Amino acid sequence: MTPDTILNLSIAILFLPLLTFIFLVFFGKKLGRVSGYIGTAVLGIDLILAIIVAFQRLTTYVAEPMLQYKVDWLYLGNQTVSIGVGVDNLTAIMLIVVTLISFLVHFFSLEYMRDDENFPRFYAYLGIFSFSMLGIVIANNFLNMFIFWELVGLSSYLLIGFWFHKDSAADAGKKAFITNRIGDLGFLFGLMILFHTYGTFMFDDVFGFIKAGILPFDSGTWLTALGILVFAGAIGKSAQFPLHVWLPDAMEGPTPVSALIHAATMVAAGVYLTARIFPMFTADAMIFVAYVGALTAIIAATIAITQFDFKRVLAYSTVSQLGYMVMGLGVGAFTSGFMHLVTHAWFKALLFLASGSVIHAMHTAMHHAHNHDMDAQDIRNMGGMRKTMPITYLTFLFATIAISGIPFTSGFMSKDGILAGTLAFGNLTGHWFIPIAGFGAAAITAFYMFRLTIVSFHGKPKTEIAKHTKENNFLILVPLITLAILTFWFFYSPNPFGADKGWFHKATQSPGSVVPSKYNFSFNVPVHHGEMGHENVMHSGHEESMNNAVHEQHSEMNMAMHEQHSEMNMSMQGHHAENQCDEEKAEGEHCKYAEAAPFQVTHVDRYADGELKEHTEFTEALHHAHIPAMILSLIVAFSGILVAFVFYQFKVYDIGSIINMYPWLYKGSFNKWFFDEMYQATVINGTVGLGKVIAWFDLNIIDGVVNFTAAIGRGLSKVTAVFDFRIIDGLVNFSAWISGLLGKALRKPQTGMIQTYLVLTVIGILALIFIFI
Amino acid sequence: MGIGLTHFLILSGILFSLGIFGIATRKNAILVLMSLELILNSANINFVAFSRFGGVNIEGQIAALFVIVLAAAEVAVALAIVLNIYQNYHHVNVDEINQMKG
Repeated sequence: MTPDTILNLSIAILFLPLLTFIFLVFFGKKLGRVSGYIGTAVLGIDLILAIIVAFQRLTTYVAEPMLQYKVDWLYLGNQTVSIGVGVDNLTAIMLIVVTLISFLVHFFSLEYMRDDENFPRFYAYLGIFSFSMLGIVIANNFLNMFIFWELVGLSSYLLIGFWFHKDSAADAGKKAFITNRIGDLGFLFGLMILFHTYGTFMFDDVFGFIKAGILPFDSGTWLTALGILVFAGAIGKSAQFPLHVWLPDAMEGPTPVSALIHAATMVAAGVYLTARIFPMFTADAMIFVAYVGALTAIIAATIAITQFDFKRVLAYSTVSQLGYMVMGLGVGAFTSGFMHLVTHAWFKALLFLASGSVIHAMHTAMHHAHNHDMDAQDIRNMGGMRKTMPITYLTFLFATIAISGIPFTSGFMSKDGILAGTLAFGNLTGHWFIPIAGFGAAAITAFYMFRLTIVSFHGKPKTEIAKHTKENNFLILVPLITLAILTFWFFYSPNPFGADKGWFHKATQSPGSVVPSKYNFSFNVPVHHGEMGHENVMHSGHEESMNNAVHEQHSEMNMAMHEQHSEMNMSMQGHHAENQCDEEKAEGEHCKYAEAAPFQVTHVDRYADGELKEHTEFTEALHHAHIPAMILSLIVAFSGILVAFVFYQFKVYDIGSIINMYPWLYKGSFNKWFFDEMYQATVINGTVGLGKVIAWFDLNIIDGVVNFTAAIGRGLSKVTAVFDFRIIDGLVNFSAWISGLLGKALRKPQTGMIQTYLVLTVIGILALIFIFI
Repeated sequence: MGIGLTHFLILSGILFSLGIFGIATRKNAILVLMSLELILNSANINFVAFSRFGGVNIEGQIAALFVIVLAAAEVAVALAIVLNIYQNYHHVNVDEINQMKG
């Protein structure tokens, strides 16, 4: 298959769901339930095409750079804006993730949404969502990505507010849309800086320019700002702290939507964007990204402990896991961060679909019992469903084990990689908060996920309804089982303890940084062998360090890191960076930027197995951190699970007594650390207050001016009225009087008698004859 | 045959006529507003088409951007008015809103 065929096929994949959307918008009402089959069938075709494309890309072209089309789209003055599509390994993997989950959700909804009166509309919306998400995935430039980014926001809004007759759903839709818009504003500013500087939106062009040392406004600080601004889009879309508040509310949408959009695909778009722009993060930007991710992971995890709504626990868990991915990318563990996106997509979609299965069974049971008052999503009304819904329970359990990071699951491999990355990062930079938050969140995740499983599935049924739940039919179970199979390790690597041996790691190697090493962590700069490159590097390093204010700032920050770093070097045997550093000791802190070449040459190491891999100090540290991270993560995961079992399964201790010991902690967590209240008090009340001030201004000042001019107008018009009456009317009346007079005179001949006219005509003709002849 | 200026002008003409038709025939104020947007967009297409084919260069696109911004502002004001009308009349039927009549 040629690259062109791959690209054409991926464009077909992109537009097929759009066709269903257009078709169902116009004919959905007439088709009724058939619209669901159409949507599902189209997504099935999409999935097959995606598998073909991904297989080709990941086998034949796995070592190639992005295969892409570029098309000139706009001519702005003397600049041309190009757009296009591209397929690289990330895209290929994401294509499968998006189409498979979308297909399963379409399939699942055939049963879940069966009784909904707006069934066709639901499938139309799913179609436009799939279209926009695929658009993000196959974009090869920032502009395309931004366009589809907004479309995804729109379809998310439509689907959250699908049951818009409920106020809570309508409000949640608006909240999601507006909160996202704040992040998107940052994204847009980032794009402005980008276009202003480089005049192009293409990923490869932009990275090429940065690599060649062309920076926005010639400053590393602006490059940092550019990275952070574009990342702000990801903060909104991926529900990162402090814009995470919309995601839990988004659970007002139908549960299949929560699985598709708000767990597996759309919220992962932010992480995907972060992975795309990973090469242009400076050291400062990476620290920012890592901290945002770490804070999100830990804050959301602590909230998830105390929630009682089934879907809300999962929502906060999603936020926390998204924080994990972002943190993984921020510390430079690119492959694990992206892998977590994929593995999390499977098991979180599974968790949500399983919760949908439970909620559907609860609703059905309530319907039979003619009970319509109970909350079908409250885990306090569940319990004992291990017996009534065994398949749902088992699949849910698989996902729970995977998200907790137990060996032999996909989640273990990706999470372990991220945690190893945080350890290495903490070790190299001294930012120990990040690994602590990472491991803490891992423990809490294991705890709350097992709390959820135990409370809702184990023990005795807490209500009659829960006792009478029944297992759902195959339409719901097939997606669950498919996703449950995907939580096993062997899809990613043959060795459950060594993800780096698998195809996944080989296909998604870190793209490496293109940021000039002056603004980069030295441990992310490829290590050079041999003397020649080293000499060159030293020269430019000195020159560059002379006159750069930005450099000074960086140096201060890195003084502390430097010590840590040297120690690290000592401990590593046969390390390459060591001599570089020693020679530059005389220069003091510049050692950190040992390789401050303005034009950084990416060094590529050819490994024994023929794989291309960029060799940096960080990859080395990552390698060393692997075993300690694994042991630590196993300890925290199992202790989290143990605590959950002690409190909820065996009830050795009463959970109430712990709550009573720390009531503030409990209240804080239960009320989501008051983020919503805080935003209500500051942002929302601030906006409303401003609105009131403006309204007052309108009512008093503007209206006053308007009324004043009106009064003047009235006064003037009174004067002119007199003039009108006397002069103008006089003239008018005079002319009317004249014409009346004339009319009277002329009326005389018009008698209306035909004979008179005849006589007059004859006289006239005679007169004419006399005159002219 | 490539797509040229004529095609864009025809498209814009069609949009404009549809807009006028909508304004003249629709009773719902929201639909009238939407028809108005069609007219503005037909003007935008003209601007952009002339900037591409007629040598008006980038000014045409900038004018189109201004129109978009103005349209956004207009919609904000118009929707506020429609909301007020709805609160007073409990409908937004433009035929029956005749209190301004002397």
